[in-house]
Amino acid sequence: MDILVGVKRVPTVGGKIAVTPDGQEVDTRLSGFSISPHEECAVEEAVQITEREGGSVTVLTLGPEAAIEQLRDALALGAHRAMLLETDGREFGPIATAAAIAAEVRAHSYDLVLLGNEAADTGDYQVGIRLAHELGWPVATGIKNLSLSGDGVLARREYRGVEEAYQLPLPAVITVKEGINLPRYPSLPGRLRAKRATVDRSAPEWAADGVRKEVLRVPATSQHQATVLGNGVDAVPELVRVLDELGVLS
Amino acid sequence: MSVLVLVELDGSAPADASLRAVSLARSLGDVSAVVFADGAPADALAAFGVADVYLVEPSALEGYAPQAWGRVLAGLASEAGATAVLAAGTDRGNEVLAHVGAITGLPMAANCTVVTPDGGQTHRIVRHRWAGLLLEEAVMEAPVALFTAATDAVAAVPAQAPATVQVHVHKPELAEADLVVRAVEAPASAGGVSLASARVVVGGGRGVGGPDGFAPLEELATLLGGVVGVSRVVTSEGWRPHKQQVGQTGTKITPQLYLACGISGAIQHIAGCAGAKNVIAINTDPGAPILARADYAVIGDLHQVIPALVAALRAR
Repeated sequence: MDILVGVKRVPTVGGKIAVTPDGQEVDTRLSGFSISPHEECAVEEAVQITEREGGSVTVLTLGPEAAIEQLRDALALGAHRAMLLETDGREFGPIATAAAIAAEVRAHSYDLVLLGNEAADTGDYQVGIRLAHELGWPVATGIKNLSLSGDGVLARREYRGVEEAYQLPLPAVITVKEGINLPRYPSLPGRLRAKRATVDRSAPEWAADGVRKEVLRVPATSQHQATVLGNGVDAVPELVRVLDELGVLS
Repeated sequence: MSVLVLVELDGSAPADASLRAVSLARSLGDVSAVVFADGAPADALAAFGVADVYLVEPSALEGYAPQAWGRVLAGLASEAGATAVLAAGTDRGNEVLAHVGAITGLPMAANCTVVTPDGGQTHRIVRHRWAGLLLEEAVMEAPVALFTAATDAVAAVPAQAPATVQVHVHKPELAEADLVVRAVEAPASAGGVSLASARVVVGGGRGVGGPDGFAPLEELATLLGGVVGVSRVVTSEGWRPHKQQVGQTGTKITPQLYLACGISGAIQHIAGCAGAKNVIAINTDPGAPILARADYAVIGDLHQVIPALVAALRAR
């Protein structure tokens, strides 16, 4: 089984998120970058499938040259080959992103494409679906359990507490969510192999997408601080009073 | 101007998230709803100003088939000459609208909080990035504008005057290829309150200390008629299953009360509990970021405070 996994380089944000003075991107002066969380799980899932079934995992990213760091992270987790679709720094919209990935899929022969359900930063919720339509492949999204079944895949997810199962013939596009697995830590040999690996490159053309970003901003939130009810167990009577006031004690 | 809205159902009533999408859509034109079900909640939709309901009966397509739903919406939009198609920013809403986008080749903007027509084929939008931690102001140019409405940022407001509603039964012709991917549903696991809809959520984070520390939180949650939710570090460490995670990559919660215990409050976690009406934090660190989101706080060790709280509640 030959699997293509698409990953995205996104800022690692923790306690705070801020935008650059021109409002065009997230301020990353104090943060690093990492693979968007759902996609890290997509890499792990692909590696697990090929460990069981044989085959290969190719990891692809669309981004600036610096995104090679994320490709090497994926190689360290067990991907076999890496491909950079290099951009000139402009943000590709979901239509252009899907077209660029489709070109790579057509140039090789993959049985399965795994992506994240949505990127942590842009949250467009559509690249996998657009890619599937470009290729004429079936697609299932938000998958949290995947198994090979007959000559296809069985993909499961939860919708409002009810489990849904989808049977897809291959080749197919599957987008996954965190929780489908627990990604491994890269091994030392994995890291060394990743450092030496060559990265294939191409440079897809940027195209306008119909949605033009003007500015990013942090939503206005009330800058308040919690009312402190007290310290340690001494605060319990006051805590009970507040719970009662909020109407949660029946 | 005609606007189509995909309305999801909660039982036989319109889902709250869909009513929010309908409320957003009313500012764009006359709203028609598309419902995939045996029957349409006509009165409930009329109260929100919906004049036409297209009812797609399950016999036309068995089970949830995202691509087929997208095909039906694209077809109806074209027949009705709609200038916009909306859905709620739910898993299904985003999925179906993405299919509409792929089928029509038009752009789609997910999780919008504001949509304003700006003449011709232009709409000015504000949408979520980073699960709502950032807002993007953007301009969409498209003959038919495709949006989903952020589930927690647009209010569900009934129309000033209810509409007189007409229900049209729609029997779409669908190609086999649109029906290849179809959900087979398994019944929900018996009993229990779901994290997404719980009235009270007791949250546990790194401060719980390990996989064995959750029993007091479970006990408190049971006493309050709620469930336990956890932060991302707890699921990454494998202390608790991922389905209990509150946050950007887990579940978004909307309880009356969120009691966050030993959770520092990374912004991805805040994105998951932004819909909580009240937040109380129990934390040893008075400088923890969660205190800037919480309404009340107890500064202390959850391992002492929670057992004492449980005892006090049992004594009542």
